[in-house]
Amino acid sequence: MLRNALASAARPALHQSRAATTLSAGFPRVTQRSPTKYGGVYTVTLIPGDGIGAEITDSVKEIFDYVNAPIEWEQYNVSGMSSAGEDLFKQAMESLKRNRVGLKGILFTPISQSGHISWNVAMRQQLDIYASVVLCKSLPGFPTRHSNVDFAIIRENTEGEYSGLEHQSYPGVVESLKVMTRAKAERISRFAFDFALKNDRKKVTCIHKANIMKLGDGLFLNTFRKVAEEYKSAGIEANDMIIDNTSMQLVAKPSQFDVMVMPNLYGAIISNIGAALVGGPGIVPGCNVGSDYALFEPGCRHVASDIMGTNRANPAAMILSATMMLRHLGLDSIANNIAGATFDVINAGEVRTADMNGESIALSGYLCSTFSGAATTSEFTAAVIKKL
Amino acid sequence: MLARRSLTGFAKRCSQSYRPYASAAPSAFAGHKGSHGKYTVTLIPGDGIGPEISESIKAIYSAVDVPIEWEEVSVTPVLKGGKTVIPDAAINSVRKNTVALKGPLATPIGKGHVSLNLTLRRTFNLFANVRPCISIKGFKTPYDDVNTVLIRENTEGEYSGIEHEIVDGVVQSIKLITYDASERVARYAFDYAQASGRKRVTAVHKANIMKMSDGMFLSACRHVSKDYPDISYDEDLLDRVCLQIVQNPEPYSNRVMVMPNLYGDILSDMCAGLIGGLGLTPSGNIGRDASIFEAVHGSAPDIAGKGLANPTALLLSSLMMLRHMNLNEHAAKIGKATLDTIAEGKTITGDLGGRATTKEYTAAIIAKLTGA
Repeated sequence: MLRNALASAARPALHQSRAATTLSAGFPRVTQRSPTKYGGVYTVTLIPGDGIGAEITDSVKEIFDYVNAPIEWEQYNVSGMSSAGEDLFKQAMESLKRNRVGLKGILFTPISQSGHISWNVAMRQQLDIYASVVLCKSLPGFPTRHSNVDFAIIRENTEGEYSGLEHQSYPGVVESLKVMTRAKAERISRFAFDFALKNDRKKVTCIHKANIMKLGDGLFLNTFRKVAEEYKSAGIEANDMIIDNTSMQLVAKPSQFDVMVMPNLYGAIISNIGAALVGGPGIVPGCNVGSDYALFEPGCRHVASDIMGTNRANPAAMILSATMMLRHLGLDSIANNIAGATFDVINAGEVRTADMNGESIALSGYLCSTFSGAATTSEFTAAVIKKL
Repeated sequence: MLARRSLTGFAKRCSQSYRPYASAAPSAFAGHKGSHGKYTVTLIPGDGIGPEISESIKAIYSAVDVPIEWEEVSVTPVLKGGKTVIPDAAINSVRKNTVALKGPLATPIGKGHVSLNLTLRRTFNLFANVRPCISIKGFKTPYDDVNTVLIRENTEGEYSGIEHEIVDGVVQSIKLITYDASERVARYAFDYAQASGRKRVTAVHKANIMKMSDGMFLSACRHVSKDYPDISYDEDLLDRVCLQIVQNPEPYSNRVMVMPNLYGDILSDMCAGLIGGLGLTPSGNIGRDASIFEAVHGSAPDIAGKGLANPTALLLSSLMMLRHMNLNEHAAKIGKATLDTIAEGKTITGDLGGRATTKEYTAAIIAKLTGA
């Protein structure tokens, strides 16, 4: 029941350039089983994650409490900082399987070879939440270097470079397997086109490197082209672009993109570029959906341990991800209320966390005398609540 | 003098003493003047606009008496033993001169063609691709404080070309990382940092996911960093680097970034996008047996022969080449004249928003150089 899950999350309610379809349109590939609901209350698994996760999920909890959202949290404070959290991680997975809906921050993954594998990736693979959706849209009231950015990134979430299959065939020689399958390429391509249809978007661009990886990315591209044929009559335009050119075009002329679909690793790169274009990881929401489960998390997946515990993180991405979750549960009016308030606070520009404050000073010098101090996470949360 | 600092790397490292323990031999430059007192350099004009922009470089160089003699060769593939190959004359010329300047090549479309770039890369062991990107004054983009240097491993990684279809609809592509190649490119990155006055090397990786392959790349970088106590070393996730450069590229002007093949490919073009595209970015391929400097933009067949092409990328690449050959003064002089001409904005080509032809732009640079 992934109704209009993301739709207006990154799409300010006060500035609807796109028609109402965006708000009310369904989300493609709805989950087949409905989320757990007892006595009108949905149980949702909450995994705050590492770094700033605890602070920004507290912010969500506070806002949800204020509006009396019918959500019961089942919280698991899993941490990827050490492998000791594995039991708790398993419990969290069980909870997710029960509840089918979750909200999470980002779990830290060690880079040492002895460390555990990425639990973020493990979750996506085990729950088969194959489509990651990230919406990048310029926010009114928050000018960045680029304007008119409005695109959706649909990223294959379960295979490709993240297969985790590696071996040392000879000392000093490592092979890392990138696995691409037609079935998964077709599934994600279809998802992208359905998404375009339901959200009144006109063009889907396949991002690839098929000129070099002729078989792997070739399979992805060819499958995409076949799926594209089926959507031609619906008026969805399809094209493709090589990943290096895409990243160059994105930072130069981002307005040419609409919906983009791509394999796993390119998604990591493009979503970071996209987030940077519109103002940073603090404001870009995202979700991962599959046929049975949906997991909502900030679109730009950073742990941000450097500002952890300092009450400086921007909770907007998490709040907006949570509103996407509310829409997924069919609680549209609460979702619109919270999203609207969040965008209002950003648009008013009076209460801004450090990440957004810096930009505005750089771009319009006069702001700094008026609003010099950056707001804290809790001040931002309070400002949102005030608008509700 | 935007260019000076960033393009200096090549030159100085040639004068450094050879490191006996280095597994990467310093890039080859024979450095012998011919009997006429000039260095011979192989020139591969390339396709499309290639010949026009090469003419521009030649005109500028002869106007200020750069001690270089061009040996022009064609790399148009010929049939040999049933296979299409680069003509021997071209290979031999590059091997003899150890330095080449190359214009854009049209990518042959269709199967059975081995990419010419790939062939050159393999023939001369071009293991490192160096891509500096500096904001060009006079060409406004949303970013005006870009000054990045990216060094990309050029021989393996995701571009190993090892792929197979296991069963119908399931493909494995192999990313190959070897310690030797990683160490070689890492050492070059540190050498470059030392020579260019950048005090920091950042290895860009995704070792949280690809623990063994990128992990080995990192361990090679860490190992090499111990030999360079005056250069600080750190590591950063690909995701973070993408995010931060696009948000604010300024902090990256103090360092050299080094990374495996695919990441380097993507990031170097992204940085080029920040300053206005491939028409303004030079590139150098450093190898064991030779070094090839090239314009990485396309051959632009649509404007070929019309005299409208912008030679800046090839010209800047040739300046990297001059520094590689220790002809620093010439490089500095031409670099300043070029950037001044663009900054003035009176005689610039169409892609930069002006109306000048290739010849007029070239003449304007020459006028600055000769004080006419």
